[in-house]
Parts: sequence; structure tokens; C-alpha cells
Amino acid sequence: MITDVSRQHLSLGAWLKADPPNGILHSMAQQAWRGCLRFSLHPLGMLGLAIILLVVFAALAAPWLTTYDPVTQNLLERLQPPSAEHWFGTDEFGRDIFARIVYGARTTLYIIMLVTIIVAPIGLLIGVCAGYLGGWADEVLMRVTDVFLSLPGLVLALGFAAALGPGITNAIIAIALTAWPPIARLARAEALSLKQADFIAAVRLQGASRWRIIFRHIVPMCLPSVIVRVTLSMAGVILTAAGLGFLGLGAQPPMPEWGAMVSTGREFMIDSPWVVIAPGISIAAVSLAFNLVGDALRDTLDPRGGE
Amino acid sequence: MSEGPLVTANNLRVAFGRGAHAIPIVHGISFTVGREKVAIVGESGAGKSTVGRAIMRLLPPAAHVTADRLMFREIDLLAASERQMMDLRGRHMGLIMQDPKYSLNPVVPVGEQIAESWRLHHHGRAARREAFDRTLAILEAVKIRDPGRVAKLYPHEISGGMGQRVMIAMMLISGPELLIADEPTSALDVTVRMEVLGLLDELIASRGLGLVFISHDLNLVRRFCDRVIIMYSGRIVETLAAVELDHAEHPYTRALLSSLPSIHDQKPRLPVMMRDPAWLSQSGITQ
Amino acid sequence: MATVTMVGGSARLAGARRLSGKLLSVAITLAGLLLLTFLMGRLLPADPVLAVTGSEVDKATYDRVYQQLGLDLPIWQQFLSYVKNVLTGNLGSSLTTGRPVVDDLLTVFPATLELAIVAILVGTFVGVPLGVVAAANRGGLMDHVARIIGLAGHSIPIFWLGLIALLVFYSKLQWVAASGRIDILNEGLVTPITGLMLVDTLLQGEWDIFRDALSHIILPGALLGYYSVAYISRMTRSFMLEQLSQEYIIAARAKGMSRRQMIWNHAFKNIRVQLLTVLALTFGGLIDGAVLIETVFGWPGLGQYLTRGLTMNDMNVVMGSVMLTGIVFLIVNIVSDRLYRILDPRTR
Repeated sequence: MITDVSRQHLSLGAWLKADPPNGILHSMAQQAWRGCLRFSLHPLGMLGLAIILLVVFAALAAPWLTTYDPVTQNLLERLQPPSAEHWFGTDEFGRDIFARIVYGARTTLYIIMLVTIIVAPIGLLIGVCAGYLGGWADEVLMRVTDVFLSLPGLVLALGFAAALGPGITNAIIAIALTAWPPIARLARAEALSLKQADFIAAVRLQGASRWRIIFRHIVPMCLPSVIVRVTLSMAGVILTAAGLGFLGLGAQPPMPEWGAMVSTGREFMIDSPWVVIAPGISIAAVSLAFNLVGDALRDTLDPRGGE
Repeated sequence: MSEGPLVTANNLRVAFGRGAHAIPIVHGISFTVGREKVAIVGESGAGKSTVGRAIMRLLPPAAHVTADRLMFREIDLLAASERQMMDLRGRHMGLIMQDPKYSLNPVVPVGEQIAESWRLHHHGRAARREAFDRTLAILEAVKIRDPGRVAKLYPHEISGGMGQRVMIAMMLISGPELLIADEPTSALDVTVRMEVLGLLDELIASRGLGLVFISHDLNLVRRFCDRVIIMYSGRIVETLAAVELDHAEHPYTRALLSSLPSIHDQKPRLPVMMRDPAWLSQSGITQ
Repeated sequence: MATVTMVGGSARLAGARRLSGKLLSVAITLAGLLLLTFLMGRLLPADPVLAVTGSEVDKATYDRVYQQLGLDLPIWQQFLSYVKNVLTGNLGSSLTTGRPVVDDLLTVFPATLELAIVAILVGTFVGVPLGVVAAANRGGLMDHVARIIGLAGHSIPIFWLGLIALLVFYSKLQWVAASGRIDILNEGLVTPITGLMLVDTLLQGEWDIFRDALSHIILPGALLGYYSVAYISRMTRSFMLEQLSQEYIIAARAKGMSRRQMIWNHAFKNIRVQLLTVLALTFGGLIDGAVLIETVFGWPGLGQYLTRGLTMNDMNVVMGSVMLTGIVFLIVNIVSDRLYRILDPRTR
């Protein structure tokens, strides 16, 4: 049934369902909407999304969620167990742990966002160029990727973080340097298989330049699997960041960072286990959330992944 | 021969899933197979492979098979336990699949796969020795020269025709009475096809086996088989002797026949089949 | 006959070319690794001169040591001399222990190796059957259990789980020992032959010390192993599912095979080689985990050596440890690649 799609008279719901769509943007919007619907069918994925939204909310609304300052010390109240006043108890400096967790969410989010912004475009570009251009570009880029892959993630991040010095920005750079190679590898594999496709040959015959083909045709086709991979990588990034924090690199005290909280709380763990439990569960929850969302995204976006 | 048919099926139904969301594949068909060559012919999706596998109960767990009767000789196939089915498979019923590249285990030498077929039904130390001898014997029976050398090869090291012979050997070694061949020649070159078919014919005749030949190639089966069952969309539309195919009555069969190009009967344009929804509501015609 | 030898000859030539290509890429990766560690070391915020002389030094001595260390040479020359040193086995001396780094590494590496071996054993013997059963009962209970274990393994931070495990199994339950490889009382009683405590104690018949070592290694080893269980079982499941949808599986059942026989004798055989690659990749992840676990459990291995070197800004230690890690990783990958070619009949 063909409906007349004139923009002024349709409600949003009807616009999203109109068939056929009126132009490229309309079609893309419809596809995005259908993707969201498919995603919402995954209960676990929705759970992961809920957790992530909770963390974002906590980070943004931190000052309103807790009256305690995460940094001020109050030695009179040190190592208090969880109570009505201090929901998660206090740490060895008397700071409210709930406040530190909530403000720590900001640190976590900051790290995730920056790493994604750095890693996704760079990995995608390097991989696609290596795959599509081939030849010596492929060789060089892949050798570089191999070198970065020759060391396991944490060790490499440790090395860079130590070399650059402590601090959250350096930690982000270090983590980003370890996270891009798998993305590049994936993008390259996709680009290689797309290179053989007939429609690419057709566009080439029409006279498109290499860069146009790469940016307008190959990159958009690689996006779904790269998005899935990036999301799943985020789970690992969070664990790496927490690991760096645990080892004393990354965000420096008194800035609240969940991994560092576990590390400093270690001494008091036996008698005051709450100092360690809350940050650990937070790290696990966010990492789990990204794993769940990534899995659900894979089912939604990647038609080939039959499970 | 006074024995009854090998396979009896009355109102066989196969559906995927249960209840309201069940997707029916086979809509209540009935047929028998004796010691003869019966072909099940139809287009892709007609359900013919499903029927073949249903007889051996090799469909995935999501498939539900029901029937008023589904018998292999005197054994009720629907009520049989898995143990009984395991005994039937290989020893009384064999399945030959389409492409030996995929239907043979790629990391096991072919001789071992054939011998295993024997050892699954004959146990004991003597059986091991016997399996080896019988493997060589059956490889010779399927006209493979130098069986000793071939037995040690891996499936990717032999050609398609040889692979299919290995498949036949593997399924015949335990001496079944019924063979179900699911598109056995579709993956082979035309010349090899004839050889393999000739081999099958010889083996079936000499051992007095029953054959269910599943195919989409009407031309192939009309020469090779005794009877032809035409399936469309999970239903049997016609059953007739191969020699009487030209006198087929059902419009679907007639349409199939007339869409085959013929060197003798040249037409300016091959007719396009018009599918009549009425075919879907007719019940299967039994012989 | 002449044709046959010619074909054989050219096949050998192609094989040799492939091998030399592989060697070349390994060499390039190695060179890149050296460059990486060199840059890391040079970027460390520590003065290498002060590392040698101590912080109280006059200008003349400072200049002299500066020259001695070759720091006045252009950077690329420094790199070349670094490479030369590495190739001759000279990795410099450690600031904190005063010993040559090579000696230190030879002491600490076996400790990590032992931990990694225990972990891989745990991971394989738990993870592989779990993955197989999950695939065979797809959508069933075991599948969900495997999925949960996998998710937990990928989400829970290993250092935190280590701490909690210590809390439960050591503090509260007193089932296992705490930090280190063996009790302080037992130190020095066992001559290191292989460097692997469990093996050495067995070889020398020291049963008590063996039990002591076992109680020390079991918790960190099992935890590290648990992390690989997640990855191994997921990959096993994925490989098995791929096999179970193949045609030869149906053919095997058509011969009269039971489901269990089909799964273990046929499907599993097809994934053995792929699993080898998985194990090699697991190893890399294990080194990551080992760094954190060793810190939590006070395990005197490569990971702890590296982290101590980082906190002390001990340049040679950091460079040496990182490089050793990279080399071990590289060797594991090469070996698994070779094994893959040997074991899979299709690539012969």
C-alpha cells in the first residue's frame, strides 16, 4: 500500500512506518527506528542499557545525589560500616563511599568517551585503508598493528602509562593505544571482503576516486561490526582502566577512581570489607553492561551472526 | 516376495515449532516404498529432503513429526526409542547425501569413516579386523581402484565422483535394505553423474534394495526410477509409474514436464509455470 | 618420474618462500617491539644518570656518567647500541635489586610460568568441556550457565575477585595460604631445578613443601584460570556450534552413531586444531591477568617485577620485562601457528 508522504500531515509514528520512504534520510531514520525496536526485544541488552544510563545519570546528577563531598576528609568518621547516613560506609579517610562512587562514575565515563572518540575513527580508518588500498600501505599499516598487538593489552597500557607519567589523560592515551589494533584488524577484514563486491566495482567504473569509495561506500558498510566491536571493547577498557587505577597509574588521588579505591582499600579490607566491595561491584556492573549491550547490538546489527 | 513394503507412511506431517507458531513443512502425505526405486521429485522447499530425514528421524529437535502410521517394515518409527533408531540407521536404512565435500568428516581418512560404519553395528575384537577387510571389499564393489591407497586419503584429497562412491560404500557396508539418496548426483559433473547412477543401479539390483531417490531433476528420475512421487509445497500432488509420466494428469506435473527443454520437441519459448493456489488445498493422491 | 620430482621441488620452494616471509615478518615485529620498549624506557620520567650514580652527585661525575651511558649520542645511535646490547643478552642492571636484569628475569619468569601453566590447565579442563556441553545443549540449562560464567569472566575485575577470594578463602575459611609461593620457613630448602616450585619439590621428594606450594598456588592459579575459562568456553562453544550445523554430522548419525559419540569423536576432532590457537591467545590474556594477580597475592613473578619497576621508575627493569613479555607472546604465537599447520590435514 503506498501512502502519500507529505511531511506536514503525518504524525511521527506514521512517518516512521510510511512505505516507501521519501528520500535517503527518511529511509535511514526508518532503519534506525527498526533497529531500535529489534534491540528492545533483547531483555539482557535492555538491562545493560539501563545500567549505562544509570551510570550516566549518576555522573551528571552527582552533586544532587549526595550531599557529601568525595574529597574532603573527616577522620572522625573513618571506616564506618554502611548505615542510613553513609549508604556505602566510609573509607579510611572518612570520605563517604557512595559519594566517591557517584563522582567516580564521572571519571569512568570520561575515560570511556575519550577512548571511544580516539579509537573508533582511527582504528576504522587505518583498517579500511589497509584493506582497501592494499599493497605497501597494507604491509606498513599491518606491521604497525602487529607491533602493537605483540604485547598483551594491560602490559602495553602499563608501559605507556608509566612512560607518560601518572594522570588520567595519560592513562586515556595509553589505553587508547592498546584498544585500536583489534578495531583496525576487523575493519581491514571487512574492507578486504567488500573490495571484491560487485557494487564497488560498479562505482569504480563510474569513475569514483579511491577516497570517495572509501568514505562513502566502504566505511558505512563496516560501521555495524565496528560499532559492535567497539562496544564490546569498552568492557575491556573499563577493566584495563580499573587495573591501571589499582596499580596507582591513571587518575591520581584525591580524585575518586574505582580501581584506585580498591587498591587503597586493600589494607583495611579484612575488617572493613565494604571499602572494597562497592567499587568492585561498580566496575563489574558497568563492564557487564557494555558486554550485554554489545551482544545485543551484535544480534541486532550484524545479520550474519547467527546465534 | 510376500513381505510387505519397506516404508509405509500414512498422513505424515512435519512442522517446525509447536502450537500456534508452528510452521508446517509437510502437510499429511501418504506413500509406500517397497524393494523398488521410488523418486520424490519437487522444487526447492517442497519438503522432499524433510521427508527423507523424517523416515530416519534425523530432523533437528525443533521439528515435530506426526503420522497415523510411519513404519519401517514392522517397526513403528514414531514410537521407536533412540536406541532402536540407532540400530536401524546404517544397518537397515542408509542415507546418501548430496556433496561428499561436506558430508564426509574432513579430518578423518575415508577408509576409517567406512570402517566405523561397520564397527558401529558389530562389536568385539574380531569385528575390528573384519571391518578393515570389509572396507576394502566394499571400496572395490563401488569400483574404486587401489582401495588400499584410497582408504588412507582424506576427503579433500579425492574427487567428487570418488567421494560419492565412498559415501555409497559407507552406507552400504552394513547391508541395509533401504537407501535414501538425497540429491546424490546434484553436486557432480554430468559425466560423473551417469557413472555414479549406473553404479547405484547395479548395487541396488544385485542386493535387492529399496531406494528413495530425492531429486529436483525430473528428467533424471524418469529414466532411473520405477515410480515417481511429485511433491509441491509439502503435499503429494501425483504418484505414478515412471513410464507413465507423459500421461500425467495433475497440472503441476504437466507444467513441470513441459518446462523441460527438449532437443526433439523444440519450442520457440519455454512455458512459464502458473501456480494455482488450488493445488495447495488438494489432498495427496495415493497410489 | 622427472615430473614428480620437479613438482616436489617447486612445492618445496614455495614452502621455503613462505617460511622466509614468515621469518621476515617476525623479525620486523621483533624490531618494532624493541623500538617500542626503547621508547618506553627513554620516556620514563627518571634520569638514567641518577639511576646509576644516586641523587647526590657533582657535575663532573654526572657529565662523566652521562657520556659513559652514551646519552650524548643521537637518539638513533642510542637505539642501535640498545639493540646490540639486547642481542648480546645485556639488559642493564636494576636500580632496586642491583643485579643484572637478565638474572632477575631468570628468577622471576619461572614463577609466572608456573602460575600460567596452572591457569591454562584449569582453563582447558574446565572451559573446553563446558563449551562442548553448552553447544550440544544449545539454549538449555548448561548453555545459560556457560554464558553466565563467560559474562562474569569478562566483567568482573580480576584484582578485585582476587581480593575477595583472599578474604573468603584465607581470612575467613583458612583453607589456603596467603602471599608468596611458599611459607617463609620453607624458603631456600628446595634447590631450583626447573624453577617450577611444584615440579622441583616433587623431584626432590619434599612432600610437605609440595603441599605448601600447592596451597599457595591454588588460589591465584585457579583465579587466573577462571578468567581463561570464560574465553575458552565461549570459543569452544562457537566452534562446536559451527561444526554441529555441518552435513557430515548428519551423515555420521545416519550411520547409527549416538549423539555423544558424534559430538566427541567427530565434531570435537574438527575443532581441536582451532582450540590450539585459542589457547595461544589465552596465554596473552593470562600475562595481563598475571600482572594484577601477582600484585594481589604477592607472587614473586614477572608481573610483580614489572609493577615494582614502574613504581620505582626503574628503566631497565621496565624495558626488560616488557620485552620479555613480548618475546614470549611472539614465541607462543609462532609455535601455535606451526602446530596448526602440522595438525590440520587440510593445510598439508
